[in-house]
Amino acid sequence: MAILTYREALNRAMVEEMEKDPLIYLMGEEVGHYQGAYKVSQGMLDRFGEERVIDTPISENGFAGIGVGSAMVGLRPIIEFMTWNFSLVAIDQIINSAAKMNYMSGGQFPMPIVFRGAGGAGGRLGAQHSQAFESWYAHCPGLKVVCPATPKDAYGLLKSSIRDNNPTIFIESEVLYGSKGEVPEQEYTIPLGLGEIKRKGTDITLVTWSRALGFAEEAAAILEKEGISVEIVDLRSLRPLDENLIYESVKKTNRALVVEEGWPVAGFGAQIAYLIQKNAFAYLDHPVERVTQMDVPMSYAANLERMSLPNATRVADTIREMLQ
Amino acid sequence: MVSSIPKDSQSVSELKEFYRQMVLIRKFEEAAAKAYSVGKIGGFLHLYIGQEAVGVGSIAALTPKDYIVSTYRDHGHALARGLNPKPLMAELFGKGTGISKGNGGSMHFFDRNAHFMGGHGIVGGHISLAAGIAFASKFKKEDSVTICFFGEGAANIGSFHEGLNLAAIWKLPVVFICENNHYAMGTPEYRALAVKDVSVRAYAYDMARDHIEGDEVRKVKDHVQVAVERARRGEGPTLIEVSTYRFRGHSMSDPAKYRTKEELEAYKKKDPLMRARHELELGGIKTEELDKMDLEIQSQIDEAYQYAETSPEPPLSQLHKYVYAEDK
Repeated sequence: MAILTYREALNRAMVEEMEKDPLIYLMGEEVGHYQGAYKVSQGMLDRFGEERVIDTPISENGFAGIGVGSAMVGLRPIIEFMTWNFSLVAIDQIINSAAKMNYMSGGQFPMPIVFRGAGGAGGRLGAQHSQAFESWYAHCPGLKVVCPATPKDAYGLLKSSIRDNNPTIFIESEVLYGSKGEVPEQEYTIPLGLGEIKRKGTDITLVTWSRALGFAEEAAAILEKEGISVEIVDLRSLRPLDENLIYESVKKTNRALVVEEGWPVAGFGAQIAYLIQKNAFAYLDHPVERVTQMDVPMSYAANLERMSLPNATRVADTIREMLQ
Repeated sequence: MVSSIPKDSQSVSELKEFYRQMVLIRKFEEAAAKAYSVGKIGGFLHLYIGQEAVGVGSIAALTPKDYIVSTYRDHGHALARGLNPKPLMAELFGKGTGISKGNGGSMHFFDRNAHFMGGHGIVGGHISLAAGIAFASKFKKEDSVTICFFGEGAANIGSFHEGLNLAAIWKLPVVFICENNHYAMGTPEYRALAVKDVSVRAYAYDMARDHIEGDEVRKVKDHVQVAVERARRGEGPTLIEVSTYRFRGHSMSDPAKYRTKEELEAYKKKDPLMRARHELELGGIKTEELDKMDLEIQSQIDEAYQYAETSPEPPLSQLHKYVYAEDK
């Protein structure tokens, strides 16, 4: 078992897939000569050359469209957004083109494309560089939405995303790029739509994904000392969604809390809360609760940013209230 | 009308074929308009009537391995590509036998086998898709060329500039064809374009350009041919502006009150079908032969209409079917 960083795991996944399939290419701003704005594509230009590791001008809408067009005729693009914040100028291509191409053509045009890059909030980057957009993309049928929280998951999920014949929104956590974890040396994939119980517990089910897993684990460790046993479900992908994993856990613990980095209104946590009350209502001893980012754009000020983001204290406090 | 008389039997037969395709498009759309007015076709219906020479002339410059990317005004392009009018009409009727199985409608004709890469509904969004298809041809070292149609309205959106810039820096084998019909829905070009001539925007991307009138079908073909060959030689993209006119409103729901009757009448005098017909007559084709051809096409359209009307709607099980593709 090797210890890799989250970014190294992503890099390994892309390199291995590109070595196997000559139709895969990586395209984005600074992915080649600069070696990746976040160094996820480090070394790939040397290995694969300029024909397959392609630097673009700053034009997200344009190169997202290039990716979609090329996928229509059989290439398997990996389109890197330097950050998901910039994906908003490409959202027309992602939703109006990629997500719908197979459907509106009556199944004639599968869309084997991965859109990936750094997402999430924090790091004092201010309002325009600090936001979690998975709920936006998870809203749209036709897209798959993947949000890995560990190096091991990042590797296995990215490989599955690259092999998938559908457009995948692969949101990496910017603050996790340097985080380390065990990654098996043998090649493996993790199917999209398969969540994982990251921690077993009996008193409450905490549903989360991506960076918020860290807040969840921290809170669970604090609460363990108080005799509270938290079960943590890491969804890993929001579309497809491992619904049964959530319900099975809730049936055991009778309580559920969703923890996410994004905003609360129409956030993905609201969908999960709806699904739990719809499908596991009889098992609930308490309304489903959520811990999210505050309902404000991100402030630059350190204290306000801290206050806005979810954290272990807020998670632990919410759980204590729910168990009273 | 200044006429270019076809001089030899080859150019006569080419013009005859172009005339046949243009009449097919005209009659197809007249039938579609009729079906729309009695509620058999829903949604938006953007007719190509008046612009036929652009699609027919441009697509005649292609081989079957080349690709076509179209807009929401895609009927004419699809027919010019040689697609059977039956599944096209069935698509308009929302039937399971439609070219996109009824999931697409008027704005979203697709035919993978014919390299007809779709009608796309967001103005200008498809310009970079076309560049992407051309990118793939270059990546795979195939010598296919992609042509991309759009209106002058699309030339003002970011996708146009990003798509052209990327195509130019990577010398992609793509020909951008701006069908300037002078109105972006109801907004005339003089209120939308800082510089009236869209084709000069090619200079900003160090790209070859051309600007032609769109009422003479053989001329359209000849000019597009030059650009297609340039692209095939690996010398990069071209922006061609073709000046044309739509005789109907932007769509069936648009009475087109923003333009005068006089203007419309003036353009109708330059109807590309009438022009081609006149030139064929000058080239020695008898009126009776052309009338007969018109009638044959009409019965082909009648058959397509009948086919669309009697085809079944898609099965309800199709609702969820194509949201995601099958696994690799």
